[in-house]
Amino acid sequence: MGAFFSPFISKPDTVSRIMLKVLLALLPGIALYAWHFGPAILASITLASLTALGTEALMLRLRNRPVMHFLSDNSALLTGWLLALSIPPLAPWWLVVVGTAFCIAIAKHLYGGLGNNPFNPAMIGYAVLIISFPAQMTHWLAPHGLGLVEPDFLEQLKYIFIGALPPNVTLDAVTLATPLDTLKTRLHLDESVGQILRMPIYGRLAGQGSEMVSLGFLLGGLYLLAARIITWHIPVAFLGTLFATAGIFHLADPAHYAAPLFHWFSGAAMLGAFFILTDPITSPTTNKGKLIFAAGAGLLTYLIRSLGSFPDGVAFATLLMNICVPLITLYTQPPVFGKKGKP
Amino acid sequence: MRTLHQFNGGIHPPDNKAQSTQRSIARAPLPSKLIIPFRQHAGEAAKPIVRAGDHVLKGQLIGMPVGSISSAVHAPTSGTIAAIAVQPIAHPSGLPDLCATLIPDGKEEWIPHAAVDHRNSDPAELRQHLRMSGVVGLGGAVFPSDIKLRPGNQKIKTLILNGAECEPYITCDDMLMRERAAEIVQGAAMLCFMLEAGEVLIGIEDNKPQAIAAMQRAVADSGLPFEVVAVPTIYPGGSAKQLIRVLTGLEVPSGKLPTDIGVQCFNVATSYSVYRALAHGEPLLSRIITITGNVRQAQNFEVLLGTPVQDLVALGEALPDTDRYIMGGPMMGLPLSSTAIPLAKASNCIIAVSDKLFPPAPPALPCIRCSRCAQACPADLQPMDLFWFAQSREFDKAQQFSLFDCIECGACSYVCPSHIPLVQYYQFAKSEIRAHGHDQQAADHARERHEFREYRFEREKQEKAERLAAREQAAKQAQPAVPSINPADTMQQKIQAAIARAREQAAASKPKNTENFTAQQQAEIAEIEARRAHIHELAKSADEPSKE
Repeated sequence: MGAFFSPFISKPDTVSRIMLKVLLALLPGIALYAWHFGPAILASITLASLTALGTEALMLRLRNRPVMHFLSDNSALLTGWLLALSIPPLAPWWLVVVGTAFCIAIAKHLYGGLGNNPFNPAMIGYAVLIISFPAQMTHWLAPHGLGLVEPDFLEQLKYIFIGALPPNVTLDAVTLATPLDTLKTRLHLDESVGQILRMPIYGRLAGQGSEMVSLGFLLGGLYLLAARIITWHIPVAFLGTLFATAGIFHLADPAHYAAPLFHWFSGAAMLGAFFILTDPITSPTTNKGKLIFAAGAGLLTYLIRSLGSFPDGVAFATLLMNICVPLITLYTQPPVFGKKGKP
Repeated sequence: MRTLHQFNGGIHPPDNKAQSTQRSIARAPLPSKLIIPFRQHAGEAAKPIVRAGDHVLKGQLIGMPVGSISSAVHAPTSGTIAAIAVQPIAHPSGLPDLCATLIPDGKEEWIPHAAVDHRNSDPAELRQHLRMSGVVGLGGAVFPSDIKLRPGNQKIKTLILNGAECEPYITCDDMLMRERAAEIVQGAAMLCFMLEAGEVLIGIEDNKPQAIAAMQRAVADSGLPFEVVAVPTIYPGGSAKQLIRVLTGLEVPSGKLPTDIGVQCFNVATSYSVYRALAHGEPLLSRIITITGNVRQAQNFEVLLGTPVQDLVALGEALPDTDRYIMGGPMMGLPLSSTAIPLAKASNCIIAVSDKLFPPAPPALPCIRCSRCAQACPADLQPMDLFWFAQSREFDKAQQFSLFDCIECGACSYVCPSHIPLVQYYQFAKSEIRAHGHDQQAADHARERHEFREYRFEREKQEKAERLAAREQAAKQAQPAVPSINPADTMQQKIQAAIARAREQAAASKPKNTENFTAQQQAEIAEIEARRAHIHELAKSADEPSKE
């Protein structure tokens, strides 16, 4: 019979099902990723998944927690996927393993496991990797159709696992800096935004191929909204602030600052808006708090992208805003029923 | 068309009301035994005024209300009182309570009773009559109705009749409104008369179109200016404060009563029993109860108060895989420890349960702060934070975050994807805080007693010393030539000096650390002091023979 107390009925929602829906929502983006950049991303997602589950199981064992009960909540899987999507698909296998293991073991379990981590584990993993292994974190694949050497799946796998490239091919021939990075470097060379965006790696809105991946994440995000997994507050406030800030700079000096839509569809903006910042554990619980949190992240993302030295700003913006979450939540408590208009 | 308002939150669980509304209300057959609790209402239990062996008539007073908040208890049928004894009842504490066991004689012989001319009676008299008729709120709180009809200085602008019945499965109010609408409306007229209310609104959730139609018809027939309002179906829209918000747009301030904002609210079944009590002189002897869930015949029965649950279950024909029962609805109901316990004024529904009907919740996971609970909370609380504070026993924080504004409706638990028994955590925190309050009061008393005792000892010592000094003085004066070499004297001086030193020390150390303490620390100190006083006492009594 077990525990028997009110309420005796409940919504058939489970943490496991919620996480599964988020994983599903990532699929359109992942599919477009594989289409435009080759299937290497599938290999790194698989690797990250296995590492995440393995590390999660090990940590649960060490912490004397029921392994299967927690392993089936799908949260470790999601962390693994998000990290894999944040790092270059051609990153060596150990980079994925080290990053994912760090996410799960240090950023999640050392803080008390599911529900207790103050920082987004995937973003902690990303931050550790970009600071510790900056060179390997630049192995971004070029999209199809740029006339570059395009390694097939087997060649991509060979590089990931044994670091071997096909004969007569250098790493520089198959990898490129990201569109955001290219923009930043070229701007330093005194080229104008207009000139830079005419380069073949750029498409209609942002990077060739990567803009389509962003579109895929936007689609998945809309599904999350429709399925009520997330509320509108974080994506709207984040994308809104990013758009507004980019818009102001762009209007003031279009030669040096790219258009707002470029920022929306570059880097991890869409992934961040719908999948990373919306992590309930590391974001405020109040609606007003969510707006402030995401607006702050949008502003920081833009500032780090335009003025900072890292190629993208979403990860650090997320982590910086994660720090503020308890404070934001505390100061945005909505009035209680029957206590409105009172302090 | 009245503009309706909204409260935040709320949920839409499947209502499962159709099962028990297919058949009309039936009168349950006379049970072979009635167990009538003397506490079927909020407040003081009624005092038994019959003894085992007494023969009673239907409607005869057997429990006299005691104190200001109390209500009468009657014999629901004629028969013999077999026992007045403590028996198990339906109560969250699981504690038994005093009940009368009545063996019906089958004659249903009424005690003489007559209608009250309520239009020409003093409201105070009517209230007394309702108190002596055992009329209490039948929506679940069972608060004596006479108290709610005494609004003090407040002018009642709006009287609300609550026919929302938002809990899934329960249909007793729905069926009562469908079948006895005219009586409910007459009862409302009486309530309105007693309260001198400006308007009467009858709020019914829009998932009960037949009840709405019946009530509208009854209001039209009566010619009374009452308004039947269909309110949106949302749980817990039938909770008084939430219904008041929906109908009037007003929010009952935290810690206040609806009357403080000029509103009073009665359940439709209460209105019906007010009508029976005044228009027919009948005390509250029965009520409508739904039997539903895992049964063959889900239906509403008019059941005599005191009927054992098992008799009602038998009428519903529980299916073989039924293994437990709930009193009330699936959201706020109480699991029953046994079906031998009696149905009482607060019982509105019995649900037969099997694992198939209400599958056990999966084991809880940690809170992921998804805030679905906050979105569902009709009191605008932050349930995930309250859970955190309750779990870590930070009770003052929980109070600061308005724990006591929680109405325990269970909406948070219902939506929780981690399946955390949130309501139980809040109940735990509330009871701990209440218990702590009691402890503190007890500690305060102990400290006061102890301080007085200390003072008394000091005073006695001082008086003794003075007497001693006076005697010595007298002795000195009597024999001035001879120097005192009595060793007892020097001994006595040493003792006096030691006492003085001790007193100085005590005086020096006392005021320092008794300021700026939290309530908890105060309580702990008081406890230690009380213990110390006890030791002191023991030491004193051991000392006693050597003195004097």
